[in-house]
Amino acid sequence: MSDLSDLPPAAPEPDPWAGLRAFTAARIALGRTGTSVPMQEALAFKLAHAHARDAVYSALDTERLLAELATLGLSVHQVSSQAQNRQEYLQRPDHGRQLAEESKAHLAADADCDVAIVLADGLSATAINAHAVPLLGLLLPELRATGLRLGPLVLAEQARVALGDEIGHLLRARLVLVLIGERPGLSAPDSLGAYFTYGPRPGLTDEARNCVSNIRPAGLPYPAAAAKLSWLLREALRRQLSGVALKDQADLLPE
Amino acid sequence: MYRHTIGQRAYVFDDLKTLLARATPLRSGDVLAGVAAATYEERVAAQYALADVPLRDFLHEPLVPYEQDEVTRLILDTHDAAAFAPIAHFTVGQLRDYLVSDAADAAALHALTPGLMPEMVAAVSKLLRNQELIAVARRVEVVTRFRNTLGLRGHLATRLQPNHPTDDLRGIAAILVDGLLYGSGDAVLGINPATDNPKAVSDLLYMLDAVREQYAIPTQSCVLCHVTTSLQLIEQGVPVDLTFQSIGGTEATNASFGINLGLLQEAHEATLSLGRGTLGQDVMYFETGQGSALSANAHHGLDQQTCEARAYAVARRFQPLLVNTVVGFIGPEYLYDGKQIIRAALEDHFCGKLLGLPMGVDVCYTNHAEADQDDMDTLLTLLGVAGCNYIMGIPGADDIMLGYQSTSFHDSLYVRQVLGLRPAPEFEAWLAQQGIFNAQGQLLPAASARLLGQLPPALR
Repeated sequence: MSDLSDLPPAAPEPDPWAGLRAFTAARIALGRTGTSVPMQEALAFKLAHAHARDAVYSALDTERLLAELATLGLSVHQVSSQAQNRQEYLQRPDHGRQLAEESKAHLAADADCDVAIVLADGLSATAINAHAVPLLGLLLPELRATGLRLGPLVLAEQARVALGDEIGHLLRARLVLVLIGERPGLSAPDSLGAYFTYGPRPGLTDEARNCVSNIRPAGLPYPAAAAKLSWLLREALRRQLSGVALKDQADLLPE
Repeated sequence: MYRHTIGQRAYVFDDLKTLLARATPLRSGDVLAGVAAATYEERVAAQYALADVPLRDFLHEPLVPYEQDEVTRLILDTHDAAAFAPIAHFTVGQLRDYLVSDAADAAALHALTPGLMPEMVAAVSKLLRNQELIAVARRVEVVTRFRNTLGLRGHLATRLQPNHPTDDLRGIAAILVDGLLYGSGDAVLGINPATDNPKAVSDLLYMLDAVREQYAIPTQSCVLCHVTTSLQLIEQGVPVDLTFQSIGGTEATNASFGINLGLLQEAHEATLSLGRGTLGQDVMYFETGQGSALSANAHHGLDQQTCEARAYAVARRFQPLLVNTVVGFIGPEYLYDGKQIIRAALEDHFCGKLLGLPMGVDVCYTNHAEADQDDMDTLLTLLGVAGCNYIMGIPGADDIMLGYQSTSFHDSLYVRQVLGLRPAPEFEAWLAQQGIFNAQGQLLPAASARLLGQLPPALR
């Protein structure tokens, strides 16, 4: 019969160098039991992955978004890509870049503007549900103040970034801004990306766009994101370009 | 033109590349490219037809034209007819039967290597089951040296990957210490930099070199920047142990990476000129991965696994210390789920080993792939059995810079323990001397590590 003192401790200790965690958000000094990480660390990892997975399969909260967007003073259209569901979306990025036939007709009527804004689910509708309205609440007044003609807001499902180019083209927008849920990481399942293209038309590739990423309160907060976007959008319209040529100057922008 | 009839149905495949693509086990990237078989039956019909293709056809019908592609030229111009002679009369199916036979031992496979074209190896891999990909690869030992000895039978090394989203030196040093104390880092101390800025890369290289010198670690370091950045830094006298580059299997893929064979040759010679290796002069580190050619719209109608095998021809030209396939990084539009990732990793490891490469595998997935840690555990264990040279080591399996999940320091402890695998011998001796491992290769209680008493300057 073994002595009680031979029993293992109930929970393994973190490693003695746990103080190094001050220098990185990486999962260091986890401790171990055998070759495994301790129970609490194993569950923390699983929970982060669960949040990321749930974000990938999340859907736009359309009803609430429509109600909240209505307060921003712009008309709202709903469109979807040619990807019928999430499985198809994940395997056929080409389908996520093209509008479904029935969606095209919605857009043609409302044509001609400086800036059209698309809210796209991307890989995390959670990000749009959480951050799109507060961001627009700050960004739209800044754009309006500079006299820009704003087109309708477009809520796009099963959408990739490049879907915005087709939407912008149909709306005859000089510039299209796509707010889209970024690929969830373990540290943030709700990161919002903002991509814009000057002179949008189908067939453009990444070099034609600029991006402001990691928009969320714990990343790039709304006021900073709105200020940055407002500056970049005005520069793109003034210089009539976007993409690599604009990026070269973007480092100079006021923080 | 290749044909096979099943019942009343005659399947016709216009050319060799179409046949290879239709015979490939299902994966999303080939469907996306529009080259995959349309039905399960068509896939098996293609495999029947492929089994009857003479190996000589690969020499006579380049999948990408010789005139258009320098990788094709490299493959054909360096093909060793004498090494090929013993199997020159084989079909792909006969090669399959030979490879899985007892006759194909380590010595026979080693002798065969220069006679094998990547396309032949890709073709035969399509006819092998996972267990055969493992069993054959396991027989091949590919040993490379710089400051230690990698790839010996019964050993499994790890790349310590201390990435940080902003290349913060203290953040990186903290992960380095954590990894070393878990016995990681014999393959390389290798950072993916957040920026390719030469000054930033140089700072990282000096820091890695100082840590390696401080603890006299028998390993090598690398910052995985573009080859042109490495060339520039070598010229400036920055301590570059290994030159890294991502490579692909067609000239156009490599062009999308901003490289060509001439540039790699230049980098190889420049790195060799530093003479920094103590046990050997294998100075190149290459990364590959199925799907990169399609992603660059540079696949010429080939399936992604055949493109990948052709990348190994590029790698073996420059006697690399390390090659790894970053198998699950590219996303679900190329490899949809755990099953496809596992299959692709075993194919890549098999093809690389048969072509004489020191293959490692980044056992990994992104959050939009249908995969999780359980799939990675399965793959890790299979690769341990298959004799994989090295895997990645990342704290808690969570790379906070690249935003994907790979293998953790703990994972390498697991696979070494259950399969009786050891670190590189020189590194294992260092771990014992530092009080990190005991003589049986097991991790000692953390308090016994000497390194803890003398942290790197960045962390004091």
